[in-house]
Amino acid sequence: MSDTPAPAPQSRLRRAWNSDFAWSFRHAPVAIISSFVVLVLILAAVLAPLIAPHDPFNPATLNLMNGFTPPGQANAFTGDTFLLGTDDQGRDVFSTILYGMRISLFVGFAAVMLAMVIGVTLGLLAGYLGGWVESIIMRVADVQLTFPAILVAMLIFGIAKGITPPEYRDQMAIWVLILAIGLSDWVQFARVVRGATLVEKSKEYVQAARLIGRSPFAIMLRHILPNVLNPVLVIATISLALAIIAEATLSFLGVGAPPTKPSLGTLIRIGQEFMFSGEWWILFFPALALLALALSINLLGDWLRDALNPRLR
Amino acid sequence: MTDTPVLSVRDLVVEIPTRHGVLRPVDNVSYDIHAGEILGVVGESGAGKSMTGNAVIGLLDRPARIVSGEILLSGQPIQGLKRDAIRKLRGKKMGMIFQDPLTSLNPLLTVGDQLTETILEHLKVGQTEARKRAIAALEEVGIPAAAQRINSYPHEFSGGMRQRVVIALALCAEPDLVIADEPTTALDVSVQAQIVALLKRLCRERGVAVMLVTHDMGVIAEAADRVAVMYAGRLAELGPVREVLTQARHPYTAGLMASTPLASQGRKRLRQIPGSMPRLGALPTGCAFHPRCEFAQDKCRQEPGPTLDRCDGRAACWFPLTAKQEVSA
Amino acid sequence: MSALISVRDLTRVFDVSKPWLNRVIERLPRALLTAVSDVSFDVPENSVYALVGESGSGKSTIGKIIVGLVPPSAGSVEIEGVDLATETDAKKIEAVRDDIQMIFQDPFASLNPRWRVRDIIEEPVAAKGGKTNGLAEKLLEQVGLSAADAGKYPHEFSGGQRQRICIARALASEPRIIVCDEPTSALDVSVQSQVLNLMSDLREDLGLTYLFISHDLTVVQHMADVIGVLYLGRLVEEAPRDKLFNDPKHPYTQMLFDAAPKMDAFGREVDPPKGEIPDAINPPPGCAFHPRCPLATERCKTERPEMRHIGDTRVACHHAE
Repeated sequence: MSDTPAPAPQSRLRRAWNSDFAWSFRHAPVAIISSFVVLVLILAAVLAPLIAPHDPFNPATLNLMNGFTPPGQANAFTGDTFLLGTDDQGRDVFSTILYGMRISLFVGFAAVMLAMVIGVTLGLLAGYLGGWVESIIMRVADVQLTFPAILVAMLIFGIAKGITPPEYRDQMAIWVLILAIGLSDWVQFARVVRGATLVEKSKEYVQAARLIGRSPFAIMLRHILPNVLNPVLVIATISLALAIIAEATLSFLGVGAPPTKPSLGTLIRIGQEFMFSGEWWILFFPALALLALALSINLLGDWLRDALNPRLR
Repeated sequence: MTDTPVLSVRDLVVEIPTRHGVLRPVDNVSYDIHAGEILGVVGESGAGKSMTGNAVIGLLDRPARIVSGEILLSGQPIQGLKRDAIRKLRGKKMGMIFQDPLTSLNPLLTVGDQLTETILEHLKVGQTEARKRAIAALEEVGIPAAAQRINSYPHEFSGGMRQRVVIALALCAEPDLVIADEPTTALDVSVQAQIVALLKRLCRERGVAVMLVTHDMGVIAEAADRVAVMYAGRLAELGPVREVLTQARHPYTAGLMASTPLASQGRKRLRQIPGSMPRLGALPTGCAFHPRCEFAQDKCRQEPGPTLDRCDGRAACWFPLTAKQEVSA
Repeated sequence: MSALISVRDLTRVFDVSKPWLNRVIERLPRALLTAVSDVSFDVPENSVYALVGESGSGKSTIGKIIVGLVPPSAGSVEIEGVDLATETDAKKIEAVRDDIQMIFQDPFASLNPRWRVRDIIEEPVAAKGGKTNGLAEKLLEQVGLSAADAGKYPHEFSGGQRQRICIARALASEPRIIVCDEPTSALDVSVQSQVLNLMSDLREDLGLTYLFISHDLTVVQHMADVIGVLYLGRLVEEAPRDKLFNDPKHPYTQMLFDAAPKMDAFGREVDPPKGEIPDAINPPPGCAFHPRCPLATERCKTERPEMRHIGDTRVACHHAE
């Protein structure tokens, strides 16, 4: 039923609300709940300095006497209560989670951005130019894909750490993390974008653009890129969840964010030392936060994939 | 031959519920096909011609569903039947030929396997007999060296040969009715002529009733005995092919014929029907064709177009064209 | 009349071999597909030249070579005396590029779904830094749409309307030649007539030259002045329209005409043509049509017929007269 004009135009807002995309969102409770959770977590992380009851990184406000306070109970020595308890150094777990999430999300977003820029660029080039450019890019991608991403990230992390001077290591750690996770994750983007580019390239609107003498780069950027962004968006969302987990894994293994600037992974590592001595909350709440964050982003990505897939509509 | 039509469709309505409302891709359609007859069903894309065929054979994709009307196969209604019974019936009594021969064959099985499987499923014969019949079926549709080719896989056949295999597959269980949905659209002119000739021969020799769905008026003219013209889900005109094509009574059919570039017409401007077929979700009130109809009157704008049995049985139009009114080019 | 497009001995070979490693392992030879083989013809100014043929006849490839989307393997294409493949003067190339445009078959794939109609239509001019004030609106009205449509996206239009937008885009650079690759085969009959009429009108108003590529004989008969019939990449017959339809010389042309479904041939019973189009990777030796030809003799199996003139007709057949 394609051979028919669309109905009368409506206001932009109304159209957005009525679009298939918005409709599918309104009819997917999982998507609504998970986007709500993601939004709340992101807001909490961004606004951490305003929300957090304590600044866990300011030694002046820390009181070692507050160490190991169970959640919701008053500390035996100081009488202070903490919503989610404190860790061994008396840091408020709730606050450390808020600040930790900041770092986790920042590393996740930045790493995905990096992976996306590299992957989309290489994928476009490989798909559109073909020939030896494609062979080289895709073979490198294939080789990288045979190693687990976390292994690649550790390798990159190790190399980077080796070449940074020790006094800068803690400062640089976050950036090295981003680089490591970003470089380990570009392959998916490249593969998907290459595939989509091959499809778009054969369409006649691309031929029409070639015909009027547009340069290959203008065609890639202005014609093909906008049409391959849907799958990129889906992968970026799912990659964000994976990147956050990768960061947590690296930090858990002790090669990621330093204890002075703990991410969720660092918090979990710290917490697991106390798991068997009864102070379960130090591990449990950061782990719960990580689970909620990664799971809801992932569910959102899943829904996005279905909603943007014309075949499943 | 008996008087009962092989297929009889009565007031068939198919609906698709969508979030924009309920669409009716098939709206009050009635027709019969007798044994040994080819009924051509023509219409533009979205007119509901394929949907009608799919409804008959029970292959409607959800959420499309039959909401009312009757489908009688040799006089027996088939709606109330269980899904299993319909599946049995589909192979035994009805065969289907699709537009794309490549996707309607299983690429992993030889054509012989597919044929014998179908024969064993529907006929009471043994393995050797089934194979014999499979070879005979291939020979009948004109595949050379059928005894050897039976062990080939679908991709080893050319497009035209593949469509012949699909036809053999549709016919091997000796059905009474064959629904051919755009069987020649994907083929070249010379192969198309071969397939059309084959369909006509099989129809004549075996007395099969054929429903030939196509958008190509030329194919209809050559192959069909009667033709049903569909527009926006409804039957616009139904009648013997020669009469409908040369003396159309419905303004849509007339316009369709006039807008086809004909040999005799030479370089003259083509007649054109203004606009395009409305979307099912945005049908105009009254007769669905009235905004494009040069003869439309107030009645056409207000009252829905008549169904065939409410007017002269030929054209679903309040003011069918008479011979004098021939569209002047 | 001078020839606006002049095609000489055009040949295009595609390498359709499997990858190198597979070829070595499976001991396969290189597979070369000759899509276009030794085709020569001229398109006079302000005429409609049609190329007809079935799938694999190379008609679309010829169109793509002429507009410069595909380079030829051998032979030449001159447009206004300029050969795009060898010309080095950038100004001349630019001028010819502006003079030749193309309309594609699939109106749903030939418009970028993410662009507004205005940007699509103006791209040929805007890409070269030209002035585009009101250009899209003017062109839209010229092709029978409304100026207000410029702000919409392609998905808001029907197939016929999209094809009008494609025509508007093709007109933007004020070309002299438009290559039309099956411009109506994706459209319904009632819409097809609208588009064909529009193309005829534009041709008269703007003095355009069309190279019309189609498999549909009725459409070709309606539009063309001169028709070239292709079979397996070879031009087998070329004649003015009436001449070709009244007196086809080549057995393939005759077969094609007989096989085409006719609107007034009710219940026609004819022997359908025999055989199918051969594999273009291993075409038959001699005349490519000989395995299906009723007139074929020993000579046809070995010797490829040259194009010869019989009156206004050019035909490549040993037996045509």
